[in-house]
Amino acid sequence: MGRTHPALVAVTVAIYAFLLAPLVIVIGAAFSETTYLAFPPQGLSLKWFANALANSDFRRSFVTSMEVALLGTGLALVAGAPAAYALARFRPRLPRGMGNMFVLPILVPEIVTGFALLKLLAVDWSLPILAALTLGHALLVLPYCVRVISANFAAFDFSIEEAAISLGSPPLKTFFTVVLPNVRSAVLAAFVLSFITSLNDVSISVFLTGPGVNTLPIQVLSYVEQYFDPTVAAVSVLLMVLTVGVMAVVERTLGLTTFTK
Amino acid sequence: MKRFAPWMLQAPALALVTVLLIVPVIGVLIVTAGSGRMVAIFQGFLSSGFNQAVIWRTLQVALLTTVLALPIGFAAAYVVARAPGRAKSLLLIAAVFPLLTGVVVRSFAFMVLLGRNGVINNLLLKFGIVDEPLSLLYSQPAVIIGLVYLFTPLMILSLVGVLEGIDESILQASASLGATPAATFRQVILPLAAPGLIVGSVLVFSGSFTAFATPQLLGGDRQMVLATLLYQKAMVDFDWIGASTIATIMMAITFSTIFVMSSLARRLNPTAV
Repeated sequence: MGRTHPALVAVTVAIYAFLLAPLVIVIGAAFSETTYLAFPPQGLSLKWFANALANSDFRRSFVTSMEVALLGTGLALVAGAPAAYALARFRPRLPRGMGNMFVLPILVPEIVTGFALLKLLAVDWSLPILAALTLGHALLVLPYCVRVISANFAAFDFSIEEAAISLGSPPLKTFFTVVLPNVRSAVLAAFVLSFITSLNDVSISVFLTGPGVNTLPIQVLSYVEQYFDPTVAAVSVLLMVLTVGVMAVVERTLGLTTFTK
Repeated sequence: MKRFAPWMLQAPALALVTVLLIVPVIGVLIVTAGSGRMVAIFQGFLSSGFNQAVIWRTLQVALLTTVLALPIGFAAAYVVARAPGRAKSLLLIAAVFPLLTGVVVRSFAFMVLLGRNGVINNLLLKFGIVDEPLSLLYSQPAVIIGLVYLFTPLMILSLVGVLEGIDESILQASASLGATPAATFRQVILPLAAPGLIVGSVLVFSGSFTAFATPQLLGGDRQMVLATLLYQKAMVDFDWIGASTIATIMMAITFSTIFVMSSLARRLNPTAV
């Protein structure tokens, strides 16, 4: 397309300011010396970071979040990767619209899923909270695992696999030595996307957490409702740093266009 | 053995979706129907003026959010789509980054902006525009601004791909045939972008219709929406039937929106899925 109109550039600058300024303000507030949330920050201090790291509730909920994100994503990958493979490999032998089954967790409102899981897992089955939370997160991220990996399988040339098998390689060995290495970037992308989704989830977690077991976003939510100081800004900055780190890994290995496909 | 391979490979994922989603959600839906009092339960729920207000507020918030996110997302996506290589990926990263930052952090950012000691009030006081801080938080506009902020990146992502696909020669053809830029926009760009606009609108509408954390943090109890009311019924009042009723209403509205919009998309563009 041709040259961009100056007015459009101005509008875009304004839009990007709207998208990024709130995050800049949170970062500023985290380094502030005042006990209330102010921007521009008055004075510079790291005390809110110290405060956040010293808070045992935040530390414990961070560990829970990491555990749940790793386990839930792992479970979703183990279930989702074979499903994605089958969707691409055996398309004609599966019912039409089969792939839609795995998009359902995105279509059903998360708050409804959370409530439904509370009734099933916590009330009817009386599962321990951590187990219920992990299952809930596995369901939450399954669509990302199936979709990202099956998109990559769609471009995969299955004749390589057939060649290996016709040369006498057993099917399972073929899968791990020939098929999987060809889609490993998709598996990594699915993992990262799922991990971040799980780490930030509120609507499902809010029903599946309880006394002693909280995820970080739920802990932040209840902290903000009681206190209103820059500690949460500091926690937010730490979370952003984590996200940037994870995104840097993606950018290095895959390029960010993975997210727009 | 070989005949069942595709099914065996699908089995774990299918089991997850069936056991953890389909069964419990149907369970929630029949709580309202099972006792044979479904009609009575819904009449009871809908006859309350408070509940009606919550439903209207939720619809209004979701609709206004979508209407605001459409032009903002379109303008940004248009610039991203026609930016040269390096700039394009930078702009895309900037749009995706908030998306990965989490709902709580992003809603909290608006508490810092809109609070009594917040950035906006400080500026207004400093320049003498107001004499005392305005109460900007815990209002419907606060919730809507927070949701527009939350979902505009999704609108951008839905549109970038479609706008990239529009061949520049079509625009040149339109201009060389004497169309004004406005006419080209209305009669060429907009129809070609329609699939992306529809996908984006569905994502933003259903996202803001069911959002929980943003209305909770920026709206408080005064701006109760269906999601926060569902949470309160389930976790504070232990009113399971009330919560299930809200869940049913939310499902019905979400799915009919998706259905209507996707059939509209199919009619506009029969070749797309």
